[in-house]
Amino acid sequence: MSAVSTYLDHNATSPLRPAAFDAMVEALKATGNPSSVHRAGRAARARVDAARRQVAALVGAMPSEIVFTSGGTEANNLAITGTGCMRVLASAVEHDSVVKAAPDAEIIPVDGEGVIDLAALERMLASSKAPTLVSVMFANNETGVLQPIADVVRLARVTGALVHCDAVQGTGKAPVDLHGLGVDYLGISAHKFGGPTGVGAFVVRGNAPFVTDRRGGGQESNRRAGTENVAGIAGFGAAAEAARAGLDVDHFRERLEAALLAIAPDVRVFGAGTKRLGNTSCISMPDVKAETQVMALDLAGVCVSAGAACSSGKVTRSAVLAAMGVSPAVADTAVRISCGWNTESEDIDRLIGAWRDLYIRVHSSDIKSQARAA
Amino acid sequence: MNAIKQIRRNDQPIYLDYQATTPMDPRVLEAMMPYFTYKFGNPHSRSHSYGWEAEEGVEKARGQVAKLIGADDKEVIFTSGATESNNLAIRGVAEFYKDRKNHIVTTVTEHKCVLDTCRHLEQNGFEVTYLPVQKNGLIDLDQLRAAITDKTVVVSIMAVNNEIGVIQPLEEIGKICREKKTFFHTDAAQAAGKIPLDVEAMNIDLMSISGHKIYGPKGIGALYVRRKPRVRLVPLIVGGGQERGFRSGTLPTPLCVGLGEAAEICLNEMGDEATRLKKLQERMLKGLNAKLTDLVINGDLEHRIPGNLNISFAYVEGESLMMGIKNLSVSSGSACTSASLEPSYVLRALGVEEEMAHTSLRIGLGRFTTEHEVDTAVDELTRHVTKLREMSPLWEMAQEGIDIKSIEWAAH
Repeated sequence: MSAVSTYLDHNATSPLRPAAFDAMVEALKATGNPSSVHRAGRAARARVDAARRQVAALVGAMPSEIVFTSGGTEANNLAITGTGCMRVLASAVEHDSVVKAAPDAEIIPVDGEGVIDLAALERMLASSKAPTLVSVMFANNETGVLQPIADVVRLARVTGALVHCDAVQGTGKAPVDLHGLGVDYLGISAHKFGGPTGVGAFVVRGNAPFVTDRRGGGQESNRRAGTENVAGIAGFGAAAEAARAGLDVDHFRERLEAALLAIAPDVRVFGAGTKRLGNTSCISMPDVKAETQVMALDLAGVCVSAGAACSSGKVTRSAVLAAMGVSPAVADTAVRISCGWNTESEDIDRLIGAWRDLYIRVHSSDIKSQARAA
Repeated sequence: MNAIKQIRRNDQPIYLDYQATTPMDPRVLEAMMPYFTYKFGNPHSRSHSYGWEAEEGVEKARGQVAKLIGADDKEVIFTSGATESNNLAIRGVAEFYKDRKNHIVTTVTEHKCVLDTCRHLEQNGFEVTYLPVQKNGLIDLDQLRAAITDKTVVVSIMAVNNEIGVIQPLEEIGKICREKKTFFHTDAAQAAGKIPLDVEAMNIDLMSISGHKIYGPKGIGALYVRRKPRVRLVPLIVGGGQERGFRSGTLPTPLCVGLGEAAEICLNEMGDEATRLKKLQERMLKGLNAKLTDLVINGDLEHRIPGNLNISFAYVEGESLMMGIKNLSVSSGSACTSASLEPSYVLRALGVEEEMAHTSLRIGLGRFTTEHEVDTAVDELTRHVTKLREMSPLWEMAQEGIDIKSIEWAAH
């Protein structure tokens, strides 16, 4: 690893915030199972309860509406499997934790900016009387594009459909508010905004229906069995508390996109025509494969990614960009740059510099090879 | 070891509840630390060194866990804990093979997460045989053999019971399952790292492991899934396809590393630790027996992990005793159900009468338990049991030679 490193892959995972680290270390050094009635157990329970209040406050929920899980994937899975809806309508750009959990979902199309087609959703909702769950993400993990959740909720209410919102990428980066949005379920993850990996929450509004399929000791008010990940939950709470101050990185994104456009006018920023998370840029360097860009940037000490981090390392073409009508050739040149709580101005400078170097290098070798051919 | 003997602050109660959870070994925390801080990458990120470094940590840990149970690295899947592992193992195989098989064999003393999963499968058309246990807590192998049919997809029998610490005859169970061509799953949350486990010698096809029961962190566990012959599962959590599709979700690198380190320490120190704990267990029993009568040890004392005692203090209400011994952190049963006042279903399954079940305490000894703590616990228990018995009319009657069971209680 190079001595100086710029990490711009916060949508994959974000480094642990110091407050979260401190809370975790304190919890890891203590013992006690939150279900035990003795003092050690009660102390562990108190940590979990305090964190529950902190996480609830971050997403505008009541503490009783928070069900701690092992992460965003489990939370999104629970929404799909636990609401009792036979019919699922999911957007074309959902994360695999929704897509794979609802293989029979009917797909709500998106436009060229990656925003769902509300008219299509309205038609789909009207076409069946079966109990329906609509699953639309808050912000896309690859492009940062925000979805019109309030409109989705408005349409869903007309037919009595329930709404799940995968807010894994939005939480801690933009204001996510369970009751403000009016959704029934949220899926959130700690490690995308400076909390630890291995913990997330399924947020269930008030009396929204939910039957768990995690069976055992009856933890989390019988909604998710298993001894609570006390330290992870404590870290989640502390990160949530810290994240309430908001993430002020929009200016970084604006600067970097402007700079890259100035270097190469034919650069393409996906979703640029609509509202996006302030931390995410999905950018194509024309004619340069994403893997080449990622490797070159890594050698220059800048960490970015070619699409999502999941998929067990398999490099597959982005389904998100395909749904937006981006051609495979262009999609293959898209790189995701995502800032976070500890991003500094110098990180953006380094990215711009490394990106420029690569662009010029490729460009000049193109000219040379063209010259040779001629 | 010597440097870390004292893990408890002097103002804290003595922790004797090692079956509920264990304190983390400081060496485990140390191994985890870099992965909380500068090695924070997503282990599934393939495009930069942060991701590779995290992946390296995860894979080393996978190897450490595999080694503890004699498995191949590729046969170990990380989960969020033993509850998830048990849910995944039983439901996963049941659902995968449901077209051919529809029967499950388990025991009445399993952990709640196994029993609840089985009950749910019953509601979905599966048949479940709940084997009884003998008075000592162990199953009868002939009953097991008789229960397995050609429709049995899996036999799920825990390695070590969480309340009474008894060790089931795993090798014999594995042999029977192999002969009868059914899968053998064992919930080894309380066994891994405490007793030698070998998935080959014991013919185990699926094994659940917990991090926080072996001095590792909470929120992490593992499931061993045999590859030869291959066991197939329907996943419980789907998404990014991590863990070869068996279990999606970003792996929590520090927790995986912690589980790995905890497993390695257990493997290296298991023998010495068991010897030490056996001495402490004997010391406690000797101490209590020297001063108290009418104690009943629940569960077989020989086929038992040395870190567990489950004792009925006749004529003393367990909850009152627990209130008295404020300086000792013990429990009256499993942690999951300890908030409820129902008598333990495990003790009931041994044939312990309700009155006696109500007088029982689970005492868990572990890596950081000292002789001094055991002696203090013996003193406290003796003092409070004696005091409570002095206040008990039942005890008084028993001392006078009246058979309590012969009394007919009048309703008020």
